[in-house]
Amino acid sequence: MSASASQALPDDEAPERRVRSAPLILSAPAALLFAALVLTPLLLTALLSFNQFDYATGRTGGFTLEHYLSVLTDGYYLEIFLRTFRVSALATAICVVVGVPEAYILSRMSNPWRSVFLLVVLAPLLVSVVVRAFGWSMLLGPEGPVNGAMMALGFGRTRLLYTEGTVIVALVHVMLPFMVIPVWTSLQKLDPAVEQAALSFGASRATAIVRVVAPQILPGILSGSLIVFGLSASAFAIPGLLGGRRLKMVATVVYDQYLSDLNWPMGAAVAVLLLAANLIIMLTYHRLVEGHYRRRLG
Amino acid sequence: MTRNGPIALIFHTLVVIFMLAPLVIVCLVAFTPENTLSLPTSGFSLRWFEAVFRHPDFMQSFWNSLWLALLSATLAVGLAVPAALAVTRWDFPGKGFLNALFLSPLIIPHLVLGVAMLRLFAVLGATGSFAWLVAAHMVIVTPYVMRLLIAAISGFDRSVEQAAFSLGASEATVFRRVTLPMILPGVTGGWLIAFINSFDELTMSIFITSPSTVTLPVRMYMYATESIDPMMAAVSALIIGITAVAVLLLDRVYGLDRILVGQH
Repeated sequence: MSASASQALPDDEAPERRVRSAPLILSAPAALLFAALVLTPLLLTALLSFNQFDYATGRTGGFTLEHYLSVLTDGYYLEIFLRTFRVSALATAICVVVGVPEAYILSRMSNPWRSVFLLVVLAPLLVSVVVRAFGWSMLLGPEGPVNGAMMALGFGRTRLLYTEGTVIVALVHVMLPFMVIPVWTSLQKLDPAVEQAALSFGASRATAIVRVVAPQILPGILSGSLIVFGLSASAFAIPGLLGGRRLKMVATVVYDQYLSDLNWPMGAAVAVLLLAANLIIMLTYHRLVEGHYRRRLG
Repeated sequence: MTRNGPIALIFHTLVVIFMLAPLVIVCLVAFTPENTLSLPTSGFSLRWFEAVFRHPDFMQSFWNSLWLALLSATLAVGLAVPAALAVTRWDFPGKGFLNALFLSPLIIPHLVLGVAMLRLFAVLGATGSFAWLVAAHMVIVTPYVMRLLIAAISGFDRSVEQAAFSLGASEATVFRRVTLPMILPGVTGGWLIAFINSFDELTMSIFITSPSTVTLPVRMYMYATESIDPMMAAVSALIIGITAVAVLLLDRVYGLDRILVGQH
């Protein structure tokens, strides 16, 4: 209804205004909560990261760029950022290599097996990550079944815990559902007749997968990779429990800065960089995928 | 539908073993009669479950987590239903921003949310308060509720509501008798997924809990970094059990594949 119509009919003005303010009233409680507990704390943390920190008194204040400079120049932090990047990249690569074929195999099953195994692969997502990290520490521990099997095969007892390899394996376990879900979703949109057509025109199975299936599920793989990478880079429980004290990653360093060293401004600077990296990855992805679809549709 | 070949099935079996192995070993070790983390070879025992129920810290944390999850899931649904109605049914300035804001905790690392809330609570002088912990959990579970509610609301036929209005029903009656029943699967599904996510949350909570409000995942994390005995396995097995019940409920009321995979 236009403004002139409601002017012509003054009686209608009240309900009209109520309808226009309705969405604002309805979303106000949630908007207030998010303004108070998302926007405000993020702003405070960004400001905190520019504060000076006095180790002797523990007081913060003033303005400095030293935390950002030390993150970017100090070998200790560089090593941690590099390790986080390396571990996340490897975990992402393994998730692609394992998750994509697994999603494809699941999509080719028929019910009830399909639903059952989809549940088996995805449901661990809902079990607390502490429980899963603890499970891996038992599997890979010195007395665990993996070491037992290796000893039986004559390799001798191996220290598996507190290594990058263990952190990567456990991250893959936690992240695999995030790869399977988007790939599965794009496989659902794929018309199986197209693959059949390629096969009936004499394409080999491998050619059909590489030339027909793979290009169509590529957005799903890309989407899964970015989610897995982003979540791995900020993962806390897995490196905390399986990496031990020596194998620090970005999240465990932030934890130490806040709760052991009490150098909040330093921890805030690392957290701000982590958030910025995450947002850049997500927004880049958004533009990539949207551009991809627009080109294909347009 | 084409069948999977033997190599595909072997690969699939290995993936399934990989996914289940850490959960299965936790559940087996929980029943050990020994004092060390070991597979029960000489018989099953419930002594470590008993130890959990006798451990005051674990029990207190369990109740903390339970109340926290119940309160934050319920309050988040209470805020999300009107907000989801607003962003799906109306066009208004700032709608895109609000929508992005409500979903933002999905792409902000929980670690960052944790340190940010710790800072806010320190500024407010509310460090360690249970009420603020509930509010913080509402923030991280609201996006899950919103996603299901938006799907439920956009998927339903508004002519039913219009029929009720034209028969003289008031707005409150239409909401209570028509709208709410139709989006109920989205509401209960959203509540359950919110409950599970709050109950399991570690990374944000570890920054903002105090000794009296420590949640179960935080307690387990602290315990596991200090000492390791089969009691940890027993708590983990109990958590797996609780999660399994919630997952089965979720599957009943909403369909687990729809929640995890989306509407496709």
